[in-house]
Amino acid sequence: MVDVLIVGAGGAGLVAALHAKASGASVKVICKSYPTRSQTCMAQGGINAALSHGDEDLVEIHAQDTLKSSQGLGSKEAIDMLCFNGVEAVEWLDRIGVPFSRTSDNKIAQRRLGGATHARACYAQDYTGLKILHTLYDQCNREGIEFCNERFLLNIMTQESDLHVSGVTALNIKTGEVESYEAKSVILATGGYSRLYDRHSTNATNSTGDGIAAALRAGAKLSDMEFVQFHPTALKNSSILISESARGAGGHLLDKNHKRFTDELAPRDKLSQAILKELEDGSGEVFLDIRHLGEKFIDEELPQERKLAKLYENIDPVNELIPIKPVAHYTMGGIEVDNSSQTALKGLFGVGECANHNVHGANRLGGNSLLELIVFGKQAGENAAKYAKESTFTCKSKRVFESDKKSIDALRDFEVEIDFYEKKRAIGELFYRYVGIKRNEKELLSALDEILKIKDELCKMGIRDKSQIYNTNLIEFLEFKNILEIGEVVINSAIKRKESRGAHFREDKPFQDDENFALHTIADNKSISFGGEI
Amino acid sequence: MRVHIKRFSLDDEIKQESVTYELEAKEQTLLAILQEIKSTQDSSLSFTSSCRSSVCGSCAMRVNGVEVLACAYKPKDGDVVEPLKNMPVIRDLVVDMDKALTCNTKAAAFSSKNSKNIALSPDDEKVNELQSDCILCGSCYSACPVYESNENFIGPFALTRSWRYVSDKREQDVDQKIEAIQKDGIWDCTLCNECVPVCPQGIAPKQDIMMLRSKSGVMGHIDPNMFGGGLDFGTPTF
Repeated sequence: MVDVLIVGAGGAGLVAALHAKASGASVKVICKSYPTRSQTCMAQGGINAALSHGDEDLVEIHAQDTLKSSQGLGSKEAIDMLCFNGVEAVEWLDRIGVPFSRTSDNKIAQRRLGGATHARACYAQDYTGLKILHTLYDQCNREGIEFCNERFLLNIMTQESDLHVSGVTALNIKTGEVESYEAKSVILATGGYSRLYDRHSTNATNSTGDGIAAALRAGAKLSDMEFVQFHPTALKNSSILISESARGAGGHLLDKNHKRFTDELAPRDKLSQAILKELEDGSGEVFLDIRHLGEKFIDEELPQERKLAKLYENIDPVNELIPIKPVAHYTMGGIEVDNSSQTALKGLFGVGECANHNVHGANRLGGNSLLELIVFGKQAGENAAKYAKESTFTCKSKRVFESDKKSIDALRDFEVEIDFYEKKRAIGELFYRYVGIKRNEKELLSALDEILKIKDELCKMGIRDKSQIYNTNLIEFLEFKNILEIGEVVINSAIKRKESRGAHFREDKPFQDDENFALHTIADNKSISFGGEI
Repeated sequence: MRVHIKRFSLDDEIKQESVTYELEAKEQTLLAILQEIKSTQDSSLSFTSSCRSSVCGSCAMRVNGVEVLACAYKPKDGDVVEPLKNMPVIRDLVVDMDKALTCNTKAAAFSSKNSKNIALSPDDEKVNELQSDCILCGSCYSACPVYESNENFIGPFALTRSWRYVSDKREQDVDQKIEAIQKDGIWDCTLCNECVPVCPQGIAPKQDIMMLRSKSGVMGHIDPNMFGGGLDFGTPTF
């Protein structure tokens, strides 16, 4: 039995692993792909820290900007923790070798992202997440951290009596066997659920909220699940992200007549709403224009953007307009954790996009999610190690393992009547239309009906490929089931929040209602309620 | 449009066989085509993918014998799609990268000692900007012919990663890194250049290996092949 088991090997998981190890714990990491293939590699814009180079930025101002953007749902304590540790976090990354871009006076370069009053996002071209992730991975290799790659999380093992975590079960994708991983404490770092929106998301195809769904099944609580951030600028046809840094550097948003129609550096929630309005009620088309930034600047600061626009839209942003639309990008909601990163289950910790540390609230600022990985990854790693050290608990229950084995075996014997790929696409369309940038009660209720219908039909769905080894049909079906579970919570939370706040915009309740809704939406596997201190 | 995909399964003890899929011709990436086949024609077709924007390195494979990222390649009629070489094929287009990835550790490709913060100029940072663009897709590893004679070769991506850290002004233990790449490392490379054109990020591992050789020379290491006879390091180098 290992002290600390980490599920997920993106930025959050790797930081947690490094700190758990440094705290003296034995550590193992399991992940459904390989460590450097996680969502973190797609983060482009930067990591926020008030380094105060050149302008008058202060950690207090960073905290104020973040609190303001959270629109009443962020916790001041957590936000202070995030922002006050920002400088140290970036300095740590610099020491372990992250190749941040530099200014002419040999400082770490920073740029301004939406909703920020200062240029505080430290970056490495538009490969910030990629370079941070790989550098962290290299550090894990230095520390000899053990990775079990291509393990798909199935369920969290708990002792029934006191909801005490004892490990997880996972499907070894390479062998097709169900495995159990026992641990004194478990850290979930499994990412968000933006793929609920299927093709209308910037995210990797496997951002399917597996850890969140498993935590829900095991009895943990989820919070603020209705808050989904739509990134204002994704490529129109492919939903590929065009980083906010394009606007930070002076990119313009233009309507069909090539006129600017909004403040390009407004927070993402407001901007996505403005763009949707332009798409639906205005000219019907929106473009990002970075032509005036010049070829040299684009190749220097935004090389990825140029490559992707050429590949997916057949346009060269150096001399053409980029057609864009807002799509699901980041999920603010997640597993509820306390100020030690622990969930409602003893010994189960959460960090990164799968967890809700109440730092983003109703709208996340660009550059804060990479920072969150570093700051709270450390917190989760250290606390999980401490917990494991003090724990005398051993659990030998094979209950979850046996039931998982049975249900996977059953899938291999089952005749498919309804195709889940079709339903997965349908859910994406449904969510983009009815549970997207703008919502209203009538449409939310009809979306709920649809989801419940699909849920009823789930017993007729399954896998056509019955193979044991590397069965991606099976993995995609398990992901689909997680999406379905989470989708229901998202809609129900959105129905209950009868107000507009940040990314949750209800056209039938267009105002923020602090009297009734300055509260977190809390969901468990039985019900949804409002509560929690802010 | 037709694409031929080399299929392989351990389950049924099927050896590699080519299966042809017919698709409506339209402007899209190979990855989009594979996804379409899987969700509409043949759910057993296996491949890996994730970001679809060429940064995660999951979907490297070979088309007509050349390594590509499926998400960055637009197929033509009659293309032959195969898995990467030099790694065990698990199924269809999926290979097991676990062993290949251990090369990074073997090469000590990491920052060794976390020192104080050392200021870098834009020029200092540019020194390894390209090397740190690596996405670990394995294309260069697949294209490398050295593996035919030395399966323990540290290989192109790990050596590029080594140079990334060796060339970093902040690195405090260059000796350890240079030491780590002497055996099964820089001298085993034949400088054949196969790894260079296949890199989706435009990295030139061969160039980095040459830089490591010259650094090694400066630090007193000698090309073992220069002596002939006494040491056998597998493939001769030129």
